[in-house]
Amino acid sequence: MATYLEFIQQNEERDGVRFSWNVWPSSRLEATRMVVPLACLLTPLKERPDLPPVQYEPVLCSRTTCKAILNPLCQVDYRAKLWACNFCFQRNQFPPAYTGISEVNQPAELMPQFSTIEYVIQRGAQSPLIFLYVVDTCLEEDDLQALKESLQMSLSLLPPDALVGLITFGRMVQVHELSCEGISKSYVFRGTKDLTAKQIQDMLGLTKPAMPMQQARPGQPHEQPFVSSRFLQPVHKIDMNLTDLLGELQRDPWPVTQGKRPLRSTGVALSIAVGLLEGTFPNTGARIMLFTGGPPTQGPGMVVGDELKVPIRSWHDIEKDNARFMKKATKHYEMLANRTATNGHCIDIYACALDQTGLLEMKCCANLTGGHMVMGDSFNTSLFKQTFQRIFSKDFNGDFRMAFGATLEVKTSRELKVAGAIGPCVSLNVKGPCVSENELGVGGTSQWKICGLDPTSTLGIYFEVVNQHNAPVPQGGRGAIQFVTQYQHSSTQRRIRVTTIARNWADAQSQLRHIEAAFDQEAAAVLMARLGVFRAESEEGPDVLRWLDRQLIRLCQKFGQYNKEDPTSFRLSDSFSLYPQPVLLDSSSILAERILLMDTFFQIVIYLGETIAQWRKAGYQDMPEYENFKHLLQAPLDDAQEILQARFPMPRYINTEHGGSQARFLLSKVNPSQTHNNLYAWGQETGAPILTDDVSLQVFMDHLKKLAVSSAC
Amino acid sequence: MSQQGYVATPPYSQSQPGIGLSPPHYGHYGDPSHAGSPPGMMKPAGPLGAAAPGGMLPHGPSPPGPQQFGQNGAHAQGHPPQRFPGPPPVNSAAPSYAPYSPSTQSSYLSPASTASVTQLASQLNAMHINSYGSGMAPPGQGPPGPPSAPLFQGLPRPPQPSIMQPGSQVLPPPPTALNGPGASPLPPSTHRQDGLPGPAPLNAQYQPPPVPGQTLGTGYSPQQASYGPQMAGGQLSYPGGFPGGPAQLAGPPQLQKKLDPDSIPSPIQVIENDRATRGGQVYATNSRGQVPPLVTTDCVIQDQGNASPRYIRCTTYCFPCTSDMAKQAQIPLAAVIKPFATIPSNETPLYLVNHGENGPVRCNRCKAYMCPFMQFIEGGRRYQCGFCNCVNDVPPFYFQHLDHIGRRLDHYEKPELSLGSYEYVATLDYCRKNKPPNPPAFIFMIDVSYSNIKNGLVKLICEELKTVLEKLPKEEQEETSAIRVGFITYNKVLHFFNVKSNLAQPQMMVVTDVGEVFVPLLDGFLVNYQESQSVIHNLLDQIPEMFADSNENETVFAPVIQAGMEALKAADCPGKLFIFHSSLPTAEAPGKLKNRDDKKLINTDKEKTLFQPQTNVYDSLAKDCVAHGCCVTLFLFPSQYVDVASLGLVPQLTGGTLYKYNNFQMHMDSQQFLNDLRNDIEKKIGFDAIMRIRTSTGFRATDFFGGIFMNNTTDVEMAAIDCDKAVTVEFKHDDKLAEDSGALIQCAVLYTTTGGQRRLRIHNLSLNCSSQLADLYKSCETDALINFFAKSAFKAVLHQPLKVIREILVNQTAHMLACYRKNCASPSAASQLILPDSMKVLPVYMNCLLKNCVLLSRPEISTDERAYQRQLVMTMGVADSQLFFYPQLLPIHTLDVKSTTLPTAIRCSESRLSEEGIFLLANGLNMFLWLGVSSPPELIQGIFNVPSFAHINTDMTTLPEIGNPYSQTLRMIISIIQQKRPYSMKLTIVKQREQPEMVFRQFLVEDKGLYGGSSYVDFLCCVHKEICQLLN
Repeated sequence: MATYLEFIQQNEERDGVRFSWNVWPSSRLEATRMVVPLACLLTPLKERPDLPPVQYEPVLCSRTTCKAILNPLCQVDYRAKLWACNFCFQRNQFPPAYTGISEVNQPAELMPQFSTIEYVIQRGAQSPLIFLYVVDTCLEEDDLQALKESLQMSLSLLPPDALVGLITFGRMVQVHELSCEGISKSYVFRGTKDLTAKQIQDMLGLTKPAMPMQQARPGQPHEQPFVSSRFLQPVHKIDMNLTDLLGELQRDPWPVTQGKRPLRSTGVALSIAVGLLEGTFPNTGARIMLFTGGPPTQGPGMVVGDELKVPIRSWHDIEKDNARFMKKATKHYEMLANRTATNGHCIDIYACALDQTGLLEMKCCANLTGGHMVMGDSFNTSLFKQTFQRIFSKDFNGDFRMAFGATLEVKTSRELKVAGAIGPCVSLNVKGPCVSENELGVGGTSQWKICGLDPTSTLGIYFEVVNQHNAPVPQGGRGAIQFVTQYQHSSTQRRIRVTTIARNWADAQSQLRHIEAAFDQEAAAVLMARLGVFRAESEEGPDVLRWLDRQLIRLCQKFGQYNKEDPTSFRLSDSFSLYPQPVLLDSSSILAERILLMDTFFQIVIYLGETIAQWRKAGYQDMPEYENFKHLLQAPLDDAQEILQARFPMPRYINTEHGGSQARFLLSKVNPSQTHNNLYAWGQETGAPILTDDVSLQVFMDHLKKLAVSSAC
Repeated sequence: MSQQGYVATPPYSQSQPGIGLSPPHYGHYGDPSHAGSPPGMMKPAGPLGAAAPGGMLPHGPSPPGPQQFGQNGAHAQGHPPQRFPGPPPVNSAAPSYAPYSPSTQSSYLSPASTASVTQLASQLNAMHINSYGSGMAPPGQGPPGPPSAPLFQGLPRPPQPSIMQPGSQVLPPPPTALNGPGASPLPPSTHRQDGLPGPAPLNAQYQPPPVPGQTLGTGYSPQQASYGPQMAGGQLSYPGGFPGGPAQLAGPPQLQKKLDPDSIPSPIQVIENDRATRGGQVYATNSRGQVPPLVTTDCVIQDQGNASPRYIRCTTYCFPCTSDMAKQAQIPLAAVIKPFATIPSNETPLYLVNHGENGPVRCNRCKAYMCPFMQFIEGGRRYQCGFCNCVNDVPPFYFQHLDHIGRRLDHYEKPELSLGSYEYVATLDYCRKNKPPNPPAFIFMIDVSYSNIKNGLVKLICEELKTVLEKLPKEEQEETSAIRVGFITYNKVLHFFNVKSNLAQPQMMVVTDVGEVFVPLLDGFLVNYQESQSVIHNLLDQIPEMFADSNENETVFAPVIQAGMEALKAADCPGKLFIFHSSLPTAEAPGKLKNRDDKKLINTDKEKTLFQPQTNVYDSLAKDCVAHGCCVTLFLFPSQYVDVASLGLVPQLTGGTLYKYNNFQMHMDSQQFLNDLRNDIEKKIGFDAIMRIRTSTGFRATDFFGGIFMNNTTDVEMAAIDCDKAVTVEFKHDDKLAEDSGALIQCAVLYTTTGGQRRLRIHNLSLNCSSQLADLYKSCETDALINFFAKSAFKAVLHQPLKVIREILVNQTAHMLACYRKNCASPSAASQLILPDSMKVLPVYMNCLLKNCVLLSRPEISTDERAYQRQLVMTMGVADSQLFFYPQLLPIHTLDVKSTTLPTAIRCSESRLSEEGIFLLANGLNMFLWLGVSSPPELIQGIFNVPSFAHINTDMTTLPEIGNPYSQTLRMIISIIQQKRPYSMKLTIVKQREQPEMVFRQFLVEDKGLYGGSSYVDFLCCVHKEICQLLN
């Protein structure tokens, strides 16, 4: 084994798993003292070009409470054709198909390099993927036009046999029937009235009328697909029709008087979309794609009224509990999200507007169902267009990078229990021996549902060490975890991906250095961030910040090297060096003759210093003698392009210069080492002062050190 | 106008004292109205006065009197033996008549002034006898054989000279010959058992066991309870109460005498007389209180300061001065207003007055509009309001000097100063939200449930709409109609259509939320037909196919109206919904109805509930509709009970029309339906209307009937009002009226034209006032009275037991006549029935009203039909109600194919028909061609193009178009009759003695009704009895 860094990278590439600790403390107490919990980031559908799926079904442990899947960690008796489950130690007979098994003739799932393996299930009817577009028509003309073009374009990207549906909304909600010839037909709903799923299905004529005739003749074909096909049709059949329909789509025709917002019935539109799929295709891979250009302004789920003089709730309103509609709206979307999750469908939100669109209230729709949430200024931007296009990108196999209706099950060896998960999932409430009573994230279960996921979808899974301090795990043992992800592949196949991993146990007293060295500070930062965000959902913001601070201080106390009460003596080992600091770009970097490139995931900013900007203005880059300068200008552009190519969602790309209004994107992110408060820096070539009261990293670290070494803490 | 006295007294009766009273009346009224009387009319009166009318009678237009005599003569002709024994009584009667001659004369000189009366001489006992007689000697047999032929030829002439005077006045001549076959001196109690030939069999079903007290009441079997006591009284009084009568009529044999139907006032005669005297002439509305020609008379009306009778007709043109007097007479004071009445092309259309931004000139106090009743004073600087007497300044822009007689110099230049009716352009103050209105819209809403698809109705409607939409009403000066159109189809959900002109194909939007229906689109729903023509045609082609496979048979109804109303509201325009509906709306939605047609309720206190809507959803819906100017017209195609009382409520309250086609069959009924649809779409109509009736001091409008909605006591709101809708307004005194200032009425209707212009239509009418009851009676208009009675009774149907209503009607009839008898007629034997000339036909018309199925509590009649007719009558104008209650029956076999005028009608009685005859009957809703079994073959050939009676196919609803004169003339007659009527009449061919004849017979309203209701003769007797009782 080389370095831990390599180990971590290797594991991530193979299994899509990164643990906060790669050597595990052997008792609960010790684990708690590690401050950062034993947890991992799991990317269930991590792209594995080198992993062709096997075309058979996994072999399960026969113990009904276990049902772990045969994996390379299992003890196998080739002669007796037996294998021992490494989770429950049950001895299992191999199934008849494995009669030819031997040391030299092993099935893939027993080979160490197949710690992650994917099975294709041949059973069960394959139902096509479903894409239901829910389109806001209260848009500006060019925005709507751009959106229509994107949607029309997307029809060519969809799998040909995918079912597609269209719901448009503004003041009313229209469910378009796609199968009619000669006349375009839609069902219209009032945008202010909340309807139950039953009502929606009744109104859409999806409920089968009681037909005694039908019952008398059970041989009759099932009628349901026929009924539902009015609203959801195979792309290849109706793409012309739908292209025309989208082409004729008009802006919401209801007049919006001055001083009003358009009436936008997002809440009802989503509710109908959810109800439609719920009634017709439960537990089938389906994607509700909501395209909205502003906040919901009426009906259930409204975020702001239609009076423009009343601004949409601000951070202060929320702080002071002054956001009138927020609780009700949030409740509405949560209800929808939970129903959607139950049905195994997912909701994407594409919100493009200059002002807020109410994503705060709606976020659970994407979060609980594994949908995408994309925010932009306009549908007429490459940010939206390319992001949307990228949804339909294909992998090296020509398959769409999306999967549906997944169930993730986590199995642990006896020394471990699973405390919870944080990610785009909902609990399936499956109790079992490996479920911890202490919850971190969504806990109390060993299974979660992830309705929509792609190769980058990642969950944080949190564990708990079971063994008490007085009975630690014996040295030399390994703890094992199996992740079983069943899902509907974009090819509509049902598949099961199984990842089984194991890590060493170590005594924290004697082998703390080992444990420390196996710390994955990047994973740990993300896992802690997830916990912090998760907590922030239910707790007050300052409390969460205080908690994060305390955790950091405790970690420093535990792993820092220092003399008591002497901050200057404080040192952290390499494996913790980055963990406390959030930023790398400092305000002191902002200099006149520099070009900066900042990537904040959602934003990519290229910033030309004052002098550079002047040079460019003077056109030096066009003079042959300054070709050098030309390259200088080009380099960050190329780097940015490279990032833009791969990133999803497409980041906001900002190309600005000193004094440009968009320079604020840079200034708001850099470490404010120089502010208006430390005036000595004014006018010197030491960077740009940032007008903020936020503390700089230096100040932060100084405080951290002080607290870490303090015995009072 | 006929003011001619009609006197028929028993031989002994003396009417001289009455004459003594009369002259003062003439003196009083003679002058003002003198000029209006046609001079020519005086002549016949002369001979009459000279007691030598015989020669005159057969010629041309005769004054009413002689003709009536003639009619009596017709009867007499059948019974010559009766007449001859008559002379003694004749002699005694002759003097009684003679004094009336001068009055007759003066009545011609001054139509508005005479107090001449119709005295129907009929001693009470004689009436009894006659009614019994008629029971036993059916009309068909009474004048056996021979009389029938002359009857159809018109009035019999030859015998007249001899019998005219005696016969006409002496009603019961010794009836020995007649009594022989018909009657034995039966006790009154049993007479009905024999019955009339036609209705008699039915009679037996509901005839309660005859009891002695019922004799007269038998004709009113359903009304037994109400009339019973009174009639019993009459019965009791008969032996002793009228000692003079029986005594002088010499005993029992005469009791059996039949009352001759020809001796009682004939509506036809009255109509014909009025036609003869006033038809074809110019009627100028220049003087106050003048009584217009009858609605059945064609004449040219010239507006000279009072509204044309086409717009307003009053029950009386002379109001009593005091409320005491009004109470005494019990004559309803009412006006039947048809503000948008169609004006024939030879009359001047309404002038439009435009005062620009100033708007109409109005009285500051009562807000009456400038009209001929405003008196300019102080050199034209001020004017006094004729209604409230307030003195107003003349607005500067309106100032004009006065001439030597105090009239403005521009009197004849300004319609509002010189005309009874005119229009103002309304200013923004008169518009909703002070914004000019948008042009109205028509929304077509088609029930596409299974049955309508299956029977082809949907296809028929869609096909028809393609052509009929070309003829949307438009302003005269405009090239295309401003009216926008929209389309909705529905079963238990609603389908809206976007037919915007730029669409390649229509778009359908389904609204399934019928619980809370809404309009799913704005732009593209209401469109200009011309612009969107191709999309609309595309849609209309597709609709029948779109639902061809639908097997949905449940429908909603209230949400449909709601949707239309919301659509108009959203488009901010008034409009009209055309709903084509066929079933009871049972689908789960507001306004859902259940079948509640319970025949057991009939004749109970709960019968009224059958006329009330089942749920109050429709009430509030109607209110909303009116508030948004949404008029609902409903075409119903029921095959079973659909609860017209509930479904029809919104059309009724929103000024819409209800059309009903029972068991619609494509080949039989489509023509009628399509005609109705075309007419309704093309009709002149005003939208979003508010009518306000202003009156001069002393009286005011208190009650309103019609297709209206009222939120308060004065504003009559109408979502729309078309040319066929009339509002009947009742007036009551709140103070004394002065004879010199008269009673003034101003009806102002604020409305939106089809072109989207806001206008005011003003109708002014001045009436006389008098403290003499005789003046009041003289100026009455029976057709308008019946219109009022019908509407007030049909309104009362919702709240009162029918029994009570019928009782009130009979009582009031008797009361009005008794009051006349007591106060205006010459004192005479109490047994004499004396009718005021203006109310001569009130009893027969009243009887027709009482026999209408609405007031008849009979389980045989469909509840829906009753509710339907009730609703129709509520909005009828006078001409329509006249025809509806007393159908027009025309002899066709005597047709003069060279003439272009309609043949003279005959009375609606089976006795007037003949086996050799062909008759056409029309009542405004139905039309029948009745063929006698011995109809002339050449006529049959001519009309039907078949060789014989037996070959006639009665399945047709239009006559074949054949090139011969019979066919052409008959079809022309049918089209003339149809022309003026708001509803298309379905033609039914009825062969004598075939089953469908039963339906036809119901319309022979002078006979006993098929489902009850007494004959005219019986009713007259009953009324007479009542009167006698009142007088006693």
